[in-house]
Amino acid sequence: MSPTQPFINIRHAKKNYGDLEVLKDISLQVEKGQIVAIIGPSGSGKSTLLRAINDLDSLTEGEVWLEGMQVNKKLPTRQYEKHINKLRQEIGMVFQHFNLFPHLTVRENITLAPKMLKGLSNANANKLAQEQLERVGLGDRIDYYPSQLSGGQKQRVAIARALAMKPKVMLFDEATSSLDPELVEEVNLVMKQLAKENMTMIIVTHEMAFAQSVCDKVLFMDQGVVVEEGLPEIIFKTPQHERTKSFLANHLNGRF
Amino acid sequence: MDIDLMLRVYPYFLEATLITIQLAVLTVVLGLICGALGAAARLSGNKYIRFLGATYVSVIRGTPALIQLFILYYGGSQVGINLDAFEAGVIGLGFNIGAYMTETIRGAIIAVDKGQVEASRTLGMSKSQTLIKVVLPQAARLMIRPLGVNINAQIKATALVSAISVVELTYTAQRYIGSTYKPFEMFFLAGVIYLALIYVTSLLISWFDRKAQIK
Amino acid sequence: MGLDFNVVPEFLDLILIGAMWTIAITLVAGAISLGGGVLFAVIALYGHWLVRYPIKFFAWLFMGTPLLLQLFLIYFGLVQVGIDLPAFVAGVIGLGLHFAVYNSDIIQAGILAVDKGQTEGGRTLGLSQFQTIYKIIVPQALRNTLPPIGNNIIALLKDSALVSVIGVTELIHASQLAISETFRPFEFYITAAVCYYAINLALEAILRKIENNAQIAR
Repeated sequence: MSPTQPFINIRHAKKNYGDLEVLKDISLQVEKGQIVAIIGPSGSGKSTLLRAINDLDSLTEGEVWLEGMQVNKKLPTRQYEKHINKLRQEIGMVFQHFNLFPHLTVRENITLAPKMLKGLSNANANKLAQEQLERVGLGDRIDYYPSQLSGGQKQRVAIARALAMKPKVMLFDEATSSLDPELVEEVNLVMKQLAKENMTMIIVTHEMAFAQSVCDKVLFMDQGVVVEEGLPEIIFKTPQHERTKSFLANHLNGRF
Repeated sequence: MDIDLMLRVYPYFLEATLITIQLAVLTVVLGLICGALGAAARLSGNKYIRFLGATYVSVIRGTPALIQLFILYYGGSQVGINLDAFEAGVIGLGFNIGAYMTETIRGAIIAVDKGQVEASRTLGMSKSQTLIKVVLPQAARLMIRPLGVNINAQIKATALVSAISVVELTYTAQRYIGSTYKPFEMFFLAGVIYLALIYVTSLLISWFDRKAQIK
Repeated sequence: MGLDFNVVPEFLDLILIGAMWTIAITLVAGAISLGGGVLFAVIALYGHWLVRYPIKFFAWLFMGTPLLLQLFLIYFGLVQVGIDLPAFVAGVIGLGLHFAVYNSDIIQAGILAVDKGQTEGGRTLGLSQFQTIYKIIVPQALRNTLPPIGNNIIALLKDSALVSVIGVTELIHASQLAISETFRPFEFYITAAVCYYAINLALEAILRKIENNAQIAR
């Protein structure tokens, strides 16, 4: 890995669903420890871009690189499976609908992958689960089932589950969008804490205030292209583009 | 596969198929009668009749059909019921499938929206008028598919009467397996016929279902 | 010839042994039907076509023909190809496979009903497709389909009576032994029916308990 190469490098990403172009030639570089927010109206392609980073949605064209390793490498199916499963262990992801496993306790949700994929012993896995849960402020919920938790607690467990894999980067796909307003803050707090710990994060969000306060860089996407990108204070205070202005005008009302 | 053998014995299988079809038709008819009466009993206003209906369903569904056949056929004479094997088969299996149909019919009646009953009662119709004019026609459509499942299961269940020596399809297959030691060939012959019977029945049921849904 | 249930107690041991065999057959065949059901379901949904189509054909065949006929095929068919299995083993395999096909249908629907996000959750952590299926998808599919699968196990209990025809000494066959000595079919078949009914009630209670325990984890 050359010293000038970005930590995450997305080059000329294109994605089509049939005739529909969801991503039209997008490039994005993220440095280690950087926090990037992707904002934009629904259908702008921002989630698709995020999900291309761990190849949950495969690009039609273009490349995704993580630390000098190509994520969406062209390989025979079997080899590609091995390759991507290995890489995904290093890319944590948090979903809008949590995707916790309802048949497993919080502890089992967190320890499942470390035990299966990293061969952690029961004792070590339990210790890991306890540590990660305390990190998100839920140390006392380890033996609960997801159905016994509030939405905010579920999302914090989902974050702990991702963190337990010791990822190099965390992807957040509208992590607070399905939460009741009073539960958003607890999740935001955890994300802010991660930011302080210099976690590399890419965040798709509707929370403009949060994006502005936490992020180093903001991308505004619309209709499959990056309309504008830059420092948050510039994007939010002095947007250059008409589409950015009207989007922010609609979304900033009452939020600040 | 011994094709020669199959060509030699298939007429006997076809003959037995006629018995299987008769069994299926008669048991389904008896089952529908039992099912209608059973459902009426289960939904009756009288708690003794309700209890009777519930007991019928619980006892029949709680024990194997085979033992019901044996009690009727072998035990019947001890309590003054003398039936030949075919009669015992029809009555035993008919009563058996009737218990399952009771639940199907009852389920369909319950599934009719309560608002329908309220609407017709509001119009001044009596309970029985509501039942006959509003609830049953709608329930009838709902029950065609699940009854179809019951009927297809019943075609296969007629095989049970081979255990009381009615010469139907499975009995014939079993007898030729015993005498020829060609189980695959005999299974193939009987299997094809059962699959054909079920296929035709399924077609009839979905045709009937489509016709009923258009109205 | 009137009824005389006083002949029954003398053969109670025999009947109870028969009942034990019925329970054993139900448990073993039930386990096969569950394991086979999961296997068939996974193959039918995710398998290579070379295994998928044979499994689908086999399922179609087993759903469209009577269990009794299948039992004859397995018992005598295996003998024909040189495998002389005890009747118990043949019976349990036949019953188990028959109900595996029915369970497979239910489990397939259960698997398809598991939220897509669950697969994404597993794959994102780095689990392979296979690991995701057997650790995350199948357990949830099974939990969500417990009631219909329970119904199948109860149907299996009742259909275990059919293995008497290939000579397994379960409840019915045990009753027949008693009848051959006493010539009192009514009394013994009623006794057997009562046993089935009791086992049925117990099984229903156990299944309901399992369902209730699974409620929280969904």
